[in-house]
Amino acid sequence: MPELLVIVLKLVLVAAAFAVLPLLVGQAEHKVMAHMQGRLGPMYAGGFHGWAQLVADGVKFAQKEDVVPAAADRRVFKLAPGVAIVPYLLVLVVVPVGPGGQVALDLGPGLFFALAVMGVGVIGAIMAGWASANKYALLGGMRVAAQLMSYELPMVFAAASVAMAAGTLSLGGIIEEWRWWWLPWQAIGAVVFFVAGLAELRRPPFDMPVADSEIIFGPYTEYGGLRFALFILAEYAGIVVLCALTAVLFLGGWKGPFLDTGLGWLWTLVKVFGLSFVVIWLRVSYPRMREDQLQKLAWKYLVPLSLVQLALTGVLKVAL
Amino acid sequence: MSPAHLWLTNAAPSAFPRRPQYGIMGLVGRLPGGGLAKGLAVTLRTMTRRSVTRQYPEVQPDLPPRSRGVIALLEENCTVCMLCARECPDWCIYIDSHKETLPAEGGGRARTRNVLDRFAIDFALCMYCGICIEVCPFDALFWSPEFEYAEYDIAELTHEKQRLREWMWTVPPPQAHDPAAEPPKEIAAAEKAAARAARTSRNGPPATGAPTTGTPTTGPPAGESPSDSPGGGRP
Repeated sequence: MPELLVIVLKLVLVAAAFAVLPLLVGQAEHKVMAHMQGRLGPMYAGGFHGWAQLVADGVKFAQKEDVVPAAADRRVFKLAPGVAIVPYLLVLVVVPVGPGGQVALDLGPGLFFALAVMGVGVIGAIMAGWASANKYALLGGMRVAAQLMSYELPMVFAAASVAMAAGTLSLGGIIEEWRWWWLPWQAIGAVVFFVAGLAELRRPPFDMPVADSEIIFGPYTEYGGLRFALFILAEYAGIVVLCALTAVLFLGGWKGPFLDTGLGWLWTLVKVFGLSFVVIWLRVSYPRMREDQLQKLAWKYLVPLSLVQLALTGVLKVAL
Repeated sequence: MSPAHLWLTNAAPSAFPRRPQYGIMGLVGRLPGGGLAKGLAVTLRTMTRRSVTRQYPEVQPDLPPRSRGVIALLEENCTVCMLCARECPDWCIYIDSHKETLPAEGGGRARTRNVLDRFAIDFALCMYCGICIEVCPFDALFWSPEFEYAEYDIAELTHEKQRLREWMWTVPPPQAHDPAAEPPKEIAAAEKAAARAARTSRNGPPATGAPTTGTPTTGPPAGESPSDSPGGGRP
């Protein structure tokens, strides 16, 4: 029975991380964005520098009426937030945080699983856009779909490059194989993977699908209350998952210059939060890209760059 | 380079001519994609600096002394001339008064004077133009930087003379004159009068009974009497 206990404990830990980490990233975004704009950000909720702002937001969302538009496709409309958020939880299950089996599920084709499931999260937004019976939501949903089509390709190429270098699809195995000189070797792939991941999460500057100045809030226009909160939570969970995957694939996961046997999970956390800071930083610094610029970036820059990375990886792998 | 590529490079639109930049950021800005790095540098630098937010309810704002917060009334100076009420562009000043008769001292006609019964300003209508303060010939109206007088009902924004009088305590003293400016008219006139008085007294005071041909020896000329400086009668 202890084996079952360990599994339950791991799943509880994953669920806890899934509940806490996105909130931490969200709060960090409030404060970091504010200070980057010369503001203070939330200061009241919870008493000390607004630490409980997101809790207060959650309480507010929970109090709101659950409205479904009359013309909406009720079942799809209600299902969409779940479809948006559950995949990220599933990806977290296979992400290793430390050496020696510190992973909820050590899946052989873990990389394949993670990328495939992450793509499903986008379906939630497309479902929301289609089921809302709203032209803005539909436009946003179409943009989400177009974005997924163009950015999934460079993302998979970049991830494939790492898998090729490591010779395994297992996320734990990739970290085991990882050496420090992979940083320059896989640098292009890392940038392509991170940027494409941002675009897939529809984070600024790739937030064309929810461009509030032109299509209100895209696929989420008709949502309110808890369902809307789930979409927002999915966005922040997506940030955590993307940063965790980037850390695992390109930054060596639990490996660090020191203390990486006992406190490897701490290195993973540090890398995830560092990358999350970059996600917020990019959001504050750059304006939203136009739809055609967005597609151009994917097809004219990221896809060729990821192919270059693949070739580089292949050549070096054969030569070594 | 086609315009469609502008977003990925640091090519500035022609409306914003580029300044020559030196140092490390100038170098970075000239590299391809350097504009992106400069954008990141700006936000990061801002994050390390103090934010400009004023935490108002906790910390009082340090307003400049001439802030137009509210209009205060120095009731003692008001003569009910009604100029303010008549000049007010949106008619937000209400004045009621009655005449009071003072018995004449030592016979003659009884004197009358105006007594202010009501002086109210409707701050829901007031547009803070300050014309009433400008036109008041007796320095009865002043700007106060006080601004915390919000009410829940629009009718309660009509403030009576008691409240307006209380705001007088928040009126800051008049600012000092610019060191290079010419002296105020009152002081200049007083100095001129004093100098003239000193001159006539040096020339010899007129003998009693002797016919004098000069001007009156003391006292400033009519119309140039040194009056109180603005707010001089203030408590």
